[in-house]
Amino acid sequence: MKGMKLVLAAMLGGALLFGGTAFANEPIKIGAIFSVTGPAAFLGEPERNTVKMMEEEINKAGGLLGRKIEVVVYDDESDATKAVTAIDRLIKKDRVVAIIGPSTSGNTLAIISKVEEAKIPLVSCASAKKINLPVKKYVFKTAQSDAIFVKKIYQHAKKSGWTKVALLSASDAYGSAGREDLKELAAQFGVTVVADEVFGPKDTDMTAQLTKIKGTAAQAIICWGTNPGPAVIARNRTQLGIKTPLYMSQGVASKKFIELAGKENAEGIFLPAGRLLVEDQIDPKHPQKKVLAGYIRDYEGKFKGGVSAFGGHAFDAMNLLEMAIRNGKSAEPETIRDQIEKIRAFWGAGGEFNLSAADHSGLTEDSMVMVKIVKGDWDLIK
Amino acid sequence: MPFSSILQFIVSGVTVGATYGLTALGFTMIYNTTGIINFAQGEFVMLGGMLAVFSMKWGGLPLPVAVPLSVLLVTAVGVGVDRLTIRPMRGRPTVSLVIVTIGVAILLRGGAMLLFGKDTHSLPPFSEGPAIPIGGAALLPQSIWVLGITLAVLVAMKLFFDRTITGKAMLACACDRKAASLMGINVDVMVTVSFAFSALVGALGGVILAPITLTAYDVGILLGLKGFAACILGGLGNPFGAVAGGLIIGVLESLGAGFLSSGYKDAIAFVILLALLFLRPSGLFGKASADRV
Repeated sequence: MKGMKLVLAAMLGGALLFGGTAFANEPIKIGAIFSVTGPAAFLGEPERNTVKMMEEEINKAGGLLGRKIEVVVYDDESDATKAVTAIDRLIKKDRVVAIIGPSTSGNTLAIISKVEEAKIPLVSCASAKKINLPVKKYVFKTAQSDAIFVKKIYQHAKKSGWTKVALLSASDAYGSAGREDLKELAAQFGVTVVADEVFGPKDTDMTAQLTKIKGTAAQAIICWGTNPGPAVIARNRTQLGIKTPLYMSQGVASKKFIELAGKENAEGIFLPAGRLLVEDQIDPKHPQKKVLAGYIRDYEGKFKGGVSAFGGHAFDAMNLLEMAIRNGKSAEPETIRDQIEKIRAFWGAGGEFNLSAADHSGLTEDSMVMVKIVKGDWDLIK
Repeated sequence: MPFSSILQFIVSGVTVGATYGLTALGFTMIYNTTGIINFAQGEFVMLGGMLAVFSMKWGGLPLPVAVPLSVLLVTAVGVGVDRLTIRPMRGRPTVSLVIVTIGVAILLRGGAMLLFGKDTHSLPPFSEGPAIPIGGAALLPQSIWVLGITLAVLVAMKLFFDRTITGKAMLACACDRKAASLMGINVDVMVTVSFAFSALVGALGGVILAPITLTAYDVGILLGLKGFAACILGGLGNPFGAVAGGLIIGVLESLGAGFLSSGYKDAIAFVILLALLFLRPSGLFGKASADRV
C-alpha cells in the first residue's frame, strides 16, 4: 500500500513539473472511424491506409503549426453500434480536434448527433445525401452524393438518345438510395423509367429480372449495387444475349468488377467515376492531374493493393482538415469548422471542392467523368 | 408475356434450384445416418468453391486438377468435423449436436475469411462456349454441368441407400442407434462416412456452382438456408424429395420475380413453402412419422 502511494505521489509530482512544458509540443489529435473489417472493408481499408500514410508524410514534413499530428483510428467493423462507441471514445477519452469518417452512410448518420453536441467537426467519407440534408453545422463529407452520379448517367443517356430506361437495383441500403434518386431525377432529364426491378445483394442469378426488362421498351439498363450482384448481372446479360446498353454505379468502380464479370461480359459497360480511375488518360494540363498522380504514386509505393476512389475520400478529408488548420493557424475545433467552410477551388482526389455555409460537400457532377469498359480496362469518354 | 420469357424463368429457376437441391442432398446424407441437421452444410459448399479457386490461384493448378483436389480436401474436412466435434459429443441429445454444427459453420466461415479474405472470386467454366438457345431461352453450358451432376449424385445416392448394405446400415443407424449397433453395425464409422459423403456432395456442388454464381467466404449462409428449406419441402431424409424441393423453390423464386415483383422474390417462395408445410407437415415426399409413446 505504502509503495503504491509513493508511486502515485511521484507521478503527480512529475505531472506537475512537466505538464506545462509538454502542452506546447503535444501532437494535434485527429480522430478517424473506418470500417476496416466487416462487409464494408473495401471502403475502410484503403481509407485507413490513406490517413496513416498522410499522417507520416505530414509529420516528416515538420507537422502542422510546429506540432506533430496524431491520427487515432478506430475500426467500427461496419457496425453502427461500434461507430457510436468509437465516437464517444474519440470525443471524451482521446479529445480529438476533428474527426474523419465513418466509411458508410449508415454509420455516419448514427453519430451525427454526437458530433453536433460535442461541437467537433466531422468530415465523413460516406455518400448519402441525408448526411448534408439539411446542412449540419459540424458535418462535412468528401464522397459525392448518389444524385451526382445519377445526373451524370442521365446526361450521358440523354445525349445518346436513350430516354427509356430500366432500373435494376440491389435491395440493400446502397441500392435503394440510388433507386430513389434515379426515380426522382428522371423527369428532370426527360427520362422515363419503364421497368424497376430489384435483386438481393447475395443473389446468384438475375436472369429473371433481365428477361423481364428484355420484354420492355427500355433503351438502357441502369444497375445500382456493389459486388458481386452487378458482376452476376453483367454475366447474365451476355448469357441472355441482351444488347441494350448497361450502366453501372460507382459502387463497382474497381478492377475487381471486371475480373468477376469476366472481360467479355464487362465489355461496353458505362459507369460514372472520379478521375482517379482514369488518371493516365487525363489531360496533363488538367488541374487535378498532379494531385491524382501524387496520391497514386504515394499509395502504390506503400501498399500492395491498388488505389481506389474510396481511399481518395479519406485523402480529401485529411487535406481539408490540414488546410483548415493551416489557414486558421489554430487547432481549435471551432476554428477548424469555420475554416473548412471557407475552402474554395481545392482540387482533391474526388474533384474540385467549393465549400460554403450552404454546401458542406462542395462537389458537383463536373467532378465525375463517364468511362466505358473496353478490353478489360477503363476508357475515358471525352 | 411471351412464351420465351416464361421458358427463361423456368430454365433459370431450374439451374438455381439444382444448386439448392445439391446442398439439400448433403443435409439428407447426414440426417439419414445421425438424425441431425448439419448446419455446416452450406460451408462445405463454400469451401468446395473457394478451395478450387485458391488451388488455381496460389497453387497454379489447372482446373481439371483443382476441382477434384478441392473436393478431396473438403471431404477430409468433413471427416475432421465428425472426429473433432461430433464424436466427442456422442450420446448427447440431437439438439446439442445441431448446435455444435452451427458452431462449426461459424468456425469454417471465419477461417475461410481469414485465410482467403473477404473478396468475391470466380472460377472459369468447365466448358467454354456461348449460351445455348432453347426455344428463345438461353442456357449456359455450365448449367448443363450443374443439372447433370445433380442428377448423377441423386441417382447414386438413391442406389446407395436402397441397394447397398452400407447404405442400409447407415439408414439403420438413424432409425435406432442401439439396435443398429447390436446388429453389428459400427455406428461411429457410419457417421464418419456420412460426414465424408455429405462434405463430398457439398464440395461438388460448390465447385460446379462457382463458375455461374461466383463465390466468397459467406455464400454458405444463403445456400445452407435455401438447401435446408428444400429438404423440408421435399420431406426430410428423402434424396429425391430434397432435389425436387430445391427445384420447386428455385422455379418459384424465378417465376415470382418474373410475374410479380423481384423485390418479393424470396418472400413468395417462402410463403408457398409455409403454406405447403401447413397442409403437409412431413413435406411433399416425406412419410408422416409416428412415434410410439
